Amino acid sequence: MSIKKILFDPVFNNNPIALQVLGICSALAVTTKMETTLVMSVAVTLVTAFSSLSVSIIRNHIPSSIRIIVQMTIIASMVIVTDQILKAYFYNVSKSLSVYVGLIITNCIVMGRTEGYAMKNEPIASFMDGIGNGLGYSFILISVAFFRELLGNGKILGFTVFKLTSEGGWYQGNGLMLLAPSAFFLIGFLIWGIRTFKKDQVEEN
Amino acid sequence: MSNNSIKKTLLVSLLLCLVCSIMVSISVVMLGEKQEENKALDVRRNLLMATGLIDVSATKEDVVKAYKMVEMKIVELETGEFTEVIDPHKYDLKKSRKDPNENILIKASDDLANIKFRSKYASVYFVKERGVTTQVVLPVYGKGLWSTMFGFLSLAPDLKTVKGFQFFEHGETPGLGGEVDNPDWKKIWPGKNVYDDQLNTKIDVVKGKVTDNPNKEFQVDGLSGATLTSNGVENLLHYWLGQHGYLKFLKNIKTRGYLK
Repeated sequence: MSIKKILFDPVFNNNPIALQVLGICSALAVTTKMETTLVMSVAVTLVTAFSSLSVSIIRNHIPSSIRIIVQMTIIASMVIVTDQILKAYFYNVSKSLSVYVGLIITNCIVMGRTEGYAMKNEPIASFMDGIGNGLGYSFILISVAFFRELLGNGKILGFTVFKLTSEGGWYQGNGLMLLAPSAFFLIGFLIWGIRTFKKDQVEEN
Repeated sequence: MSNNSIKKTLLVSLLLCLVCSIMVSISVVMLGEKQEENKALDVRRNLLMATGLIDVSATKEDVVKAYKMVEMKIVELETGEFTEVIDPHKYDLKKSRKDPNENILIKASDDLANIKFRSKYASVYFVKERGVTTQVVLPVYGKGLWSTMFGFLSLAPDLKTVKGFQFFEHGETPGLGGEVDNPDWKKIWPGKNVYDDQLNTKIDVVKGKVTDNPNKEFQVDGLSGATLTSNGVENLLHYWLGQHGYLKFLKNIKTRGYLK
């Protein structure tokens, strides 16, 4: 498979959230604001890419009886390092992400890619696969966050687009958008949208 | 050597753990100082925002500069006296609150703020302009609907009038209880009185808007759709301003003319 295909397939054709339905938890939790979402997306993309790279490099030496533990250890270390970096350089964002950075460890996308792809493929391809799946995850997260911040708070990236009534404007913020369940609806709409154009993703009844 | 032999399995796990632990340790040690600095800066920023000396757009330099006007002291709440037992630079409200050597259990009947236990010590901050204290800032916290809300209450030198009040950490519902962060709501607080002339805590977060009445200087608009958060705010202020909170300390500094 060409590098380009590995990189961009997971965005539309094989999206980890929309098709594989992985990583929903954080897609609900960290999408109230664009800023936190962007940082979360970058964090997950880097963790997925570097975990896949590391697993792929040592894949021929991993005993099959402990392979899941090995992957977990690598992922957990990457996540801790990421969390430390965020706390040091993006303090405010890390405060609003709170436990969700640590919970990248349990994000099924990361482990899904190390077990499903990196264990069988070359390091470079695995790295790109990690980046690609990170991009697919980011695409959904950013789309969801865009609508949640815009409709919930009338803002995008903290800049006012619709002025809220509570601040003397005309727009009455939609409270549901600020709560987690709204992300379910938005992800549902996105899946609908993607499957309208990519008919092959529609499941048979 | 086969990948699945016991020897290889042990070797791989040992090496992996070693490499990973070294990586994690290095990052923690190297970034630790910067993280502590961020944490301290964040508390200072929130404290200064409660005093109105800086606003949201303040840079790191503004915070450092404005904080030079602030003097921090540790108070033993039981006696209301300053204490040297704790080093002010090492005091951390949340750690101290959980430290069995430093905390006390609050009797359920006294526990208005619903926090179960608190530190015996509290940090208080004096804002001084040209040697004269213009504000006294008190950290307060208590339960809202979902979460413990941590905030700073700033009082004028008469120790009755609010100069500013804001929370720096809470987990209330966004759009409802989370509106404690709304700048318009925070703007209502300055000028309100927390005590009457007999030093009874009289601040009251009412349901809906404050109407024109003789007590309106003690009343603050409630947050619509967030009755329990509003009650939480009122209760935590009553706890911290009452006899189990800062009341003794405030009486002490008042009668001794400490603020003159």
